[in-house]
Amino acid sequence: MPKRTIIPFGPQHPVLPEPIHLDLAVRDEKVVEVIPSLGFVHRGLELLVTRKDFMDMVLVAERICGICSFIHGLGYCQGVEEIMNLQVSPRAKYLRAFWAELSRVHSHILWLGLAADAFGFESLFMHSWKIREKILDIFEETTGGRVIFGVCKVGGLRKDIENDVLERIRKTMDEIEADYRTIAKVFKEDYSVKHRNCGVGVLTADEAYKLGAVGPTLRASGISQDMRKIGYGAYGDLNFEPVVEKDGDCYARTMVRVREVYQSFDLMRQCIDKMPEGPVDMKVTGFPKGEFFSRLEQPRGEVVYYIKGDGTKFIQRYRVRTPTFANVPPLVKMLGGCDLADVPVIVLTIDPCISCTER
Amino acid sequence: MPINPFVKMTATIIKSLFSPSACKMYPVEKPVFYANTRGHIAIQTDKCTLCTLCAKKCPTYAIMVDRNAKLWKIERTKCIMCLNCVYACPKKCLTNENQYSSPVTVKTQEVFNITPPAPAQVAEPCGQKETTT
Repeated sequence: MPKRTIIPFGPQHPVLPEPIHLDLAVRDEKVVEVIPSLGFVHRGLELLVTRKDFMDMVLVAERICGICSFIHGLGYCQGVEEIMNLQVSPRAKYLRAFWAELSRVHSHILWLGLAADAFGFESLFMHSWKIREKILDIFEETTGGRVIFGVCKVGGLRKDIENDVLERIRKTMDEIEADYRTIAKVFKEDYSVKHRNCGVGVLTADEAYKLGAVGPTLRASGISQDMRKIGYGAYGDLNFEPVVEKDGDCYARTMVRVREVYQSFDLMRQCIDKMPEGPVDMKVTGFPKGEFFSRLEQPRGEVVYYIKGDGTKFIQRYRVRTPTFANVPPLVKMLGGCDLADVPVIVLTIDPCISCTER
Repeated sequence: MPINPFVKMTATIIKSLFSPSACKMYPVEKPVFYANTRGHIAIQTDKCTLCTLCAKKCPTYAIMVDRNAKLWKIERTKCIMCLNCVYACPKKCLTNENQYSSPVTVKTQEVFNITPPAPAQVAEPCGQKETTT
């Protein structure tokens, strides 16, 4: 039997945007065991909740992650609103769903670019990020920020989008979608993309379910689970079906994200069509007392927020279970038995966001 | 294996070859900001009443107000442009400007001299009005 060797992977690695360390035990070129270790970028954001006013804490919640920042702020606000029994205006709910879907498009296109970079398709990476730039421009025009938006607040939103701006954004979205179709076709049909992804890092439906996979990683294995279907915010009024693939390999996970971008464009159009009139903000009085689990669908999967208030202006406990954390055990399973050269691609297909995971 | 494996990307690449650059030639070409773009906080010193609400609302303690010396100070590198101060200001003298603040090599405070508005004419209290007899 060939000798067993330990190869360290990360925390600094060209394919990793954020630091995670894997000890890869290999025999010849095959990975036989993986030991992950986290904890390089822990910032202690959850503890800040005991020192920040609960209205200001949303600014900290947004800074958990730079890519799904809006949905982190939304999860915190929804949790506090449920504890305080606040009825957010319908327009605020629709605008929140609009921005959340725009974040999903942004995140998926960013990830597709990174994936193209990981399997060595540099020009596809650049074209993906070129499209992403237009989405960031929409964010800047509507919220004022490109990464951290600061529009979500407890009780509604800080900013409204006028209906004529929404119509203009709809036209921009059509242009973005037309551009996106050209690169989506490459991801779907190109020989080199299929060659690097098909049959690599297979996770069966049974394994994905038992190991607690979430988001595109779970849906690529054939399990239709999407937290948006529980109907939080405006999602109860929007028509969509979770995107599911059967194969459970890297190609299937890529395809789930490729197809979810179209789904998000459709949801944004539905939001603009059904956008109700009215205010987007409300006056918030009192302090949160009680506890709530808030579950949302982030681009990477299900995120869970636990918020507990004791009737003071400081929240007593705030806990976030991020999708990447849930996807680490399936990742370890996927890496077992794979070729050493495929490790970067497989690690990337769970869309790891380590700064979310460690907070 | 298909005859030409690169054909899927060819159309996109040819289109890119004959289209203008996607990158902006910054700083030769100035960036376009939107009205909403969070650039930096500006203050109208003649409207400020030194009420200190902005400093109290600032989550990063970037704003400091010295009421005795009549100074309003902001540390730009600490400011996260959350606009809490802009929303909190009762006199609406703080505004969001859509141009980013200049890059710096040393962290410094920007200090503004405040000239509080002249107090409103107070009516003379009852009973002290001069009367002619």
